[in-house]
Amino acid sequence: MGEVRFGQAINKALDESLANDPSVVVFGEDIARPGGPFGVTRGLQDKHGELRVRDTPISEATIVSAAVGAAMSGLKPVVEIMFMDFMTIAMDGLVNQAAKARFMFGGQCSVPMVLRTPHGGGVNAGPQHSQCLEAWCAHIPGLKVVIPSNPGDAYGLLKAAIADPDPVIFVENKALYAAKGQMDDDAPALEIGKAHIARPGADVTVVTYGAAVNTALRAADTLAESGTQLEVIDLRSIQPWDEATVLASLSRTHRLVVLHEAVTAFGVGAEIAARMADVGFDELDAPIVRVGAPFMPVPFAASLETQYMPDTDDLIAAVHKVLA
Amino acid sequence: MTSNSRKRLLGFYERMLLVRECELKLSALFSDGEVPGFIHLSVGQEAVAIGVMDALNDADTIASNHRGHGHAIAKGVDLDGFFLEIMGKQEGICGGRGGSMHVADMSVGMLGANGIVGAGIPLAVGSALAHQVQQNNNIAVAFFGDGALAEGVLHESFNLASLWKLPILFLCENNGWSEFSPASLQFVAEVRDLASAFKIPSRQVDGNDVASVADAADEIVADMRKNGGPRVLECMTKRVHGHFEGDPQKYRDPDDLASVGDIDPIARCEAELKKLKTTAKDIDAIRGRVADRISAAADAGRAGTLPSFDHLLSDVYTPVQGV
Repeated sequence: MGEVRFGQAINKALDESLANDPSVVVFGEDIARPGGPFGVTRGLQDKHGELRVRDTPISEATIVSAAVGAAMSGLKPVVEIMFMDFMTIAMDGLVNQAAKARFMFGGQCSVPMVLRTPHGGGVNAGPQHSQCLEAWCAHIPGLKVVIPSNPGDAYGLLKAAIADPDPVIFVENKALYAAKGQMDDDAPALEIGKAHIARPGADVTVVTYGAAVNTALRAADTLAESGTQLEVIDLRSIQPWDEATVLASLSRTHRLVVLHEAVTAFGVGAEIAARMADVGFDELDAPIVRVGAPFMPVPFAASLETQYMPDTDDLIAAVHKVLA
Repeated sequence: MTSNSRKRLLGFYERMLLVRECELKLSALFSDGEVPGFIHLSVGQEAVAIGVMDALNDADTIASNHRGHGHAIAKGVDLDGFFLEIMGKQEGICGGRGGSMHVADMSVGMLGANGIVGAGIPLAVGSALAHQVQQNNNIAVAFFGDGALAEGVLHESFNLASLWKLPILFLCENNGWSEFSPASLQFVAEVRDLASAFKIPSRQVDGNDVASVADAADEIVADMRKNGGPRVLECMTKRVHGHFEGDPQKYRDPDDLASVGDIDPIARCEAELKKLKTTAKDIDAIRGRVADRISAAADAGRAGTLPSFDHLLSDVYTPVQGV
């Protein structure tokens, strides 16, 4: 297949899953006839029919809870919530129903559903269309949270998410939709919970995920010019997350920075830092530093949002701090 | 009245009595400290669960609510496993993880009671979607009380089910009380008005007359299997016990509480049976069978073991081999 865009990779994973498994259904707001707000689901209804690929009304709570009920009744629904911010309306279905059904019914059922949703700023979409709320989901026992950083991973992780028997939140950074990347025709599904070392390096480990992986890779290029080698770990999945790979890297570099676009406070980075301070304490030659957004809603004005978003400069400053 | 209708009514009577006596037993066990947490009883509303379930098959699915003991028993949940669950035992149908508010039995299409008011409604919508996609001619039923009428997901669900012509029966069990507040202070419309607004055919029946409920459910479900699409059935009934067991119901008019006995569905059914020449001996035989069954289930509950904490983590996610 060669070079594909992020959205095309997701479309391919959905298309193949619909073709290969009659229990897969896809529904969400404007995903069928209009093809999705970002064009990701274009063509799926024409190809797989109105029974299995559907536009829903603007009813996020019912979209998600209906997916749960359908998953408990033999389907594998892949639903879309148009912006991750809108997931707030659907939290009962996710948190009280999907996440708990298997456990609270004593293992009688699984809830094999996927919720696809875009997060992230950088497109001046304002406070209610830009949030990164993945830590909310990762905090709930029973949910899995997957966040790809490139087209090939998006394809492989979505295939894995659809095949997974449990509810998976599949988070797509809006800034990545137009990104291009290499993908083989026979690209395999990826294992949820396995991180990928996006760039090996000996000096400082940077743990990140999603679009922030690209920020880290750019910072690594810059720092390499002055002789500092970053090891960039793309988590791919934050619940479960690959503690072993992070610890192994820390054991080589002895310095750790965690980077994400979400606000720093109480975020994914806090969990990773806390775990590494525990199991990796003896390996640490410097305090762990977190890089994320400041504790405020995402501002609208381009000039403000630029300052809000964690960037390569922020990461480079953090790297200098752990090397000081 | 034919002998068939007498036989049918005898069956309803026995099943309603089973629900009633199970709940009274649970109430006693709760008072004795053998049932942890809190329980919500459907005493006085048994005709709804029994009448509606008469129209369903095992492959039809239901989503229930916090007042769901009757729904679970009527749908065919194993009674020993039911008591074991509510008494918090390892052998309980959900391994002691759910309790009264989360009794579920996937093997009989019981997708769970629910601790969140109204939450079962969109779950049932999803189950109906599964039936429609699988083209299996099964239906889903969402049981909810009048208190759920004010929940947003009910309105979304009515719309989506009507839009997609889903095979779902929205079953409103109108007992007049939203927890501690009367329906008159909670909701300005009627469920039939909502149904009409969303273009869903609806009916209202006396929910304390089991034959009326069963007749309506049989007709509606047969029509749904033939013609598809959602329906609304409102069963007018009355809550006898408090919102939860132990609720003294000081907010209720004593006359209102005193009058519930006059419309008791089981007493009415018994009176009807007597008109159909059912003898006291027949009734006593049923009462004896029900008492024995419940006594055995309660004994099973007591004999169960306390759940082990060791296995809990293994059911948070499904064990997966590879990808």
